[in-house]
Amino acid sequence: MEVNLYEIAVIGAGPGGLSAAARCAELDIPHVLLESSPKIANTIQKYQKGKHVMDEPGILPLRSPVGFVAGKREEILSVWEDGLTHHKVKVEYGAEAKSISGQKGDFTIGLVSGKEVKAKHIILGIGLQGNPRQLGVPGDQADFIQYQLDDPDEYSGESIAVVGAGDAAIENAIALSKNNKVCIINRKDEFARAKEGNLNLILAAIESGAVQGFYSSSPTAVEVLEGEEFRGNLVLSTDVGEEKIPVHRVIGRLGAIPPRKLVESFGIEFPNKDMSAIPALTSEYESNVPGIYVIGALGGYPLIKQAMNQGYEAVAYILGHDVKPADHGLIEDKFKVLPYTEDVDHILKLMQERIPIFSSVNALLFRELILDSNVHVKQAGDVVFAKDDYSSSFYTVLEGEIKTIINADLTILSGVGAFTGEGSLISGRRRSATVIAGENCILIETPRRTMNKLIASIDMVKRVLDETFIVRQIQTKFAPNTPIAELEPIASKAVINLYAPNEVIMQEGGEGDTFHLIRKGSVTVSNNVDDVDVIRTYLPAGADIGEMALLGDTVRSATITATVKTETVSIDKQAFELLLSRSPGLREALQAKTRSRHQQNINIAGGDGADGLLSFLMDQGLGEATNALVIDENNCVGCDLCEQACAATHDGTSRLDRKAGPTHAHIHVPTSCRHCEDPHCMKDCPPNAIQRMGAGGEVVIGDTCIGCGNCEQNCPYGVIKMSYKSKAPANFWQWMLFGIGLRPGKGAVASGGENEIKKAVKCDMCIDQSTGPACVRSCPTGAAMRLSPEQFTNLIG
Amino acid sequence: MSNSFVSHAKGRYFWAALAFVVVAVIIYGWHDPKQPPNGGTWYGYTLGTIGALMILWLLYLGKRKRNFANGWGTTKGWVSAHIYFGTALLIIGTLHTGFQFGWNIHTLAYVLMCLVIFSGFFGLYAYIVYPGSRNRLKSSQTLDDIFAQLEELDLLVKKIVGKISADNQSLVTSAINRTEFGGNVLDQLVARDRSKVMLNGTLVDNRDQAVVVSQLVERLTLATGDEAQQLTTLVKEYSGRQRLLRIIRRDIRLNAIQEIWLMFHIPMSFGLLAALAAHIVSVFIYW
Ligand SMILES: Cc1cc2nc3c(=O)[nH]c(=O)nc-3n(C[C@H](O)[C@H](O)[C@H](O)COP(=O)(O)OP(=O)(O)OC[C@H]3O[C@@H](n4cnc5c(N)ncnc54)[C@H](O)[C@@H]3O)c2cc1C
Ligand code: HEM
Ligand code: SF4
Ligand code: SF4
Ligand code: SF4
Repeated sequence: MEVNLYEIAVIGAGPGGLSAAARCAELDIPHVLLESSPKIANTIQKYQKGKHVMDEPGILPLRSPVGFVAGKREEILSVWEDGLTHHKVKVEYGAEAKSISGQKGDFTIGLVSGKEVKAKHIILGIGLQGNPRQLGVPGDQADFIQYQLDDPDEYSGESIAVVGAGDAAIENAIALSKNNKVCIINRKDEFARAKEGNLNLILAAIESGAVQGFYSSSPTAVEVLEGEEFRGNLVLSTDVGEEKIPVHRVIGRLGAIPPRKLVESFGIEFPNKDMSAIPALTSEYESNVPGIYVIGALGGYPLIKQAMNQGYEAVAYILGHDVKPADHGLIEDKFKVLPYTEDVDHILKLMQERIPIFSSVNALLFRELILDSNVHVKQAGDVVFAKDDYSSSFYTVLEGEIKTIINADLTILSGVGAFTGEGSLISGRRRSATVIAGENCILIETPRRTMNKLIASIDMVKRVLDETFIVRQIQTKFAPNTPIAELEPIASKAVINLYAPNEVIMQEGGEGDTFHLIRKGSVTVSNNVDDVDVIRTYLPAGADIGEMALLGDTVRSATITATVKTETVSIDKQAFELLLSRSPGLREALQAKTRSRHQQNINIAGGDGADGLLSFLMDQGLGEATNALVIDENNCVGCDLCEQACAATHDGTSRLDRKAGPTHAHIHVPTSCRHCEDPHCMKDCPPNAIQRMGAGGEVVIGDTCIGCGNCEQNCPYGVIKMSYKSKAPANFWQWMLFGIGLRPGKGAVASGGENEIKKAVKCDMCIDQSTGPACVRSCPTGAAMRLSPEQFTNLIG
Repeated sequence: MSNSFVSHAKGRYFWAALAFVVVAVIIYGWHDPKQPPNGGTWYGYTLGTIGALMILWLLYLGKRKRNFANGWGTTKGWVSAHIYFGTALLIIGTLHTGFQFGWNIHTLAYVLMCLVIFSGFFGLYAYIVYPGSRNRLKSSQTLDDIFAQLEELDLLVKKIVGKISADNQSLVTSAINRTEFGGNVLDQLVARDRSKVMLNGTLVDNRDQAVVVSQLVERLTLATGDEAQQLTTLVKEYSGRQRLLRIIRRDIRLNAIQEIWLMFHIPMSFGLLAALAAHIVSVFIYW
């Protein structure tokens, strides 16, 4: 048997892979493009019909033999298909790679079909979407089973079983139920994973009989029927025994298997267990397995144009051609302000040499970090950030020095290689000190998201940041006048603890001699009264708990519970004794604090509805809020001015839904962004369009949004809407005197213009309004309030 | 109440308005025109000018509250100042008249001003009292929530009644179908209940669902066995329905009252503006 040894095998025909394969074809290099699905670019095929695909980042030039400009999904796909045909790219569809063996020069790729493909080099561009989880039961290869549904209106008069309980399953079942007989099969006894809106829809559909619901049921087999009305039976095991459902079609919506396991089985290493970690790559996209190159979303570049460019560049690197990455020019521009004459690569190297925390970062990742970062040449005395600012970027010193002002008497000087801003980076809360630039100061400012990615990928970075965080925290909180060096022995004994939501950190009545500083998340303090937990107060990141233990009282006086995912730094008694001996006056200060805390607890306990209200607010997830909209129903006259004000100042769409959301006693929590401490919405935004900014740490969605809808899905509070911009601003006098035009505050539009897409919109805390939140400022009675968690206790009594 | 417009900025505008009125009254007592006090003395002109400017400023609230993008202060602060200086205007205006009234355009303007102010008093009362009582009435739910509950209950009641005899079914179904609320403003204000029910082939008044409930109770006393069981649940659920309807009707009523006063306050403000203009023009013509 003759086996073809390709020069390059490209796995995955996404934008990255097809660009790589087309480049091979253009250069006449023996190649093959292996794609598991029946068509190219499965991820893009799955976008909604007619979606306008964006070509962010706009400033990045495209480098690929196939074209790509912003446009409709269908047009882009057809340009790519034509491109592949034109360049005579050798594509194999239905070719899902499941193993790779051998080494550079002689790889063997095993396909699910059993076939083998041999190649000298491999370019891996399988993206992050993963392959759909199969039913995994006998008969699941039947041709009436599918794992995707493009257009529900294509089917009518069929009997269809949808397997799954997530949002996709529910949305499909409901859409299909219009013209078909549909049942939904849920392994559990409730739809726990679904969004609230979908949950209500499916429950109503099951109630009304539009969809038949099977709970606690899982498929055990699929039977194929020949020449009968139905094409098969779906066999279920249910609580009451076996059940057979005759079907024309089965749709499996069981989620996707993330590709990580597969990729690891190829021998490619990830730096740690963190699910968001990306494989370590060289600046030429080569993985730890020589000869395997990783590009596109899998390599940490989540946009189409980036993936296409990398496909092109990877081919060049394999062939040993010297190409500068397409983003070279962008970095060059960034470096224009620097007083260096060296070229980009040298400056990058210099940065890594000078700044220890970046030294162990691989070159590709560091390049990406710099692309996201900014370099600043500062004048001596310039404020980098001020105490209590809500900014969260991370700064490293490339040249000169910075001064950290802890208090009036104490300023700390740090030189080249130092970093600052790790506190807010980790906690998501306000800055704890002011930092100003010293002489000849050049700083690199890296956004929080980028740093978080780095922390997730490189353990060393995390460790260094943690250590520094702890020692600086101890210094600012307890021993401002003790030099860092003296505190290090204490800090080295400190431990970082992770708590899940609702996990108890300390139990009332329990013994304990450790003391905790909350560095991320928040907690409630509660007491047991007549066998019920009565919440006394709420403490956000930055607060400390259990200090009484250190002063000799080892019986815990209250129960401390994490409200959200929480991290604390704990210090035991021994280490603390050391600290007490090194900082005169600390013991007295702590005693005074304890006294006032007791007093505060008594005051809160005396207020009416304290317990219920705080528990309610925590149940609404406000434990992770940094700023939340709350309406006092005792004052709200229902005039709707808050929503009108928001719409009027935000392209016609109100970002708050006054009536939605629950109420406890007279406190109502409407649907509106809470500007989470660690925003869920920011997790997975391909163009990185969501940022924390401004003095309030507002979570803001920028213009680069490509409308993918990830954030809408990721926000657990349902505050993000996808909407068009309205064009005509309302004019009061025209409306008032002549009845012309829109009433001020009205103007949401149902459809956009040509090439306009629905973008994600949500509350931006009126960051563009010089006068602050329009909703609050427009409320005639003072019912609408925007509160930070520290102010929640003000609502009591 | 701590954050409300009434006590905005620690009652800043209350104190300012009070001081303003006290000064105005003192000057009124102190000044000694050669004639009985009226709008034509120097102090009368001063008060008149101030009063007219205040009216324009009070009217401006209608614009200010819709300046969403920018503008001085907060709407809450403006409303706070509006109620206190609006009240102060009652004194300023009265002093301006020098207590000289008659059947003329001048007194018309004064009366309209008083009407606007008194309607404002009612509005103030409504704004302070009604939101809280409506929230308690609905046990912290929205009206939409209650309507949703009603809808669910209707389904449930229909389901239960489906298992009982046909005449019960037609009674209950017709009562549900002919339940009404709302109506025109007047209906809302008095919480008029035009609900009807089909009883023995004729439509009869079913205010507060009273007829149906009493019919069901009556039938329950006669029923036995299974039917008695089902009628008991039916009566229980139906009285739950009656309770929800009462809440809805009361809330609609309170909402109507909470909003109706503005329907006087605003048009009369414009009437006042017209009368004020006429008053000023005539003063200058007959001077
Ligand atoms: C809803 C949505 C909207 C988006 N909108 C935009 C936008 O407007 N603009 C933009 O720039 N980006 C957008 N993105 C991001 C963009 O889709 C991705 O960045 C891009 O698709 C990544 O390309 P890729 O080549 O790395 O991987 P993918 O596009 O994911 O391609 C991977 C390919 O590999 C195949 N594959 C997987 N496993 C195997 C295997 N084992 N063997 C063989 N083949 C395999 C898959 O079937 C798929 O075809 C959007 C993303 C989403 C989810
Ligand atoms: C001559 C005197 C007054 C004039 C001309 C006047 C005029 C107005 C106007 C034009 C509005 C705006 C309505 C709208 O556009 O929605 C308003 C609202 C209001 N007024 Fe007056 N007013 C006067 C006196 C008062 C007084 C004395 C009070 C109370 C003590 C009062 C209480 C209110 C209240 C509570 C509102 C509603 C505010 C809101 O919902 O935004 N007014 N008034
Ligand atoms: S959009 Fe949602 S996840 Fe993002 S900050 Fe706001 S509330 Fe949090
Ligand atoms: S829809 Fe949300 S996640 Fe997607 S690009 Fe826009 S802001 Fe980012
Ligand atoms: S703060 Fe601004 S953007 Fe946010 S809900 Fe209020 S008006 Fe809208």
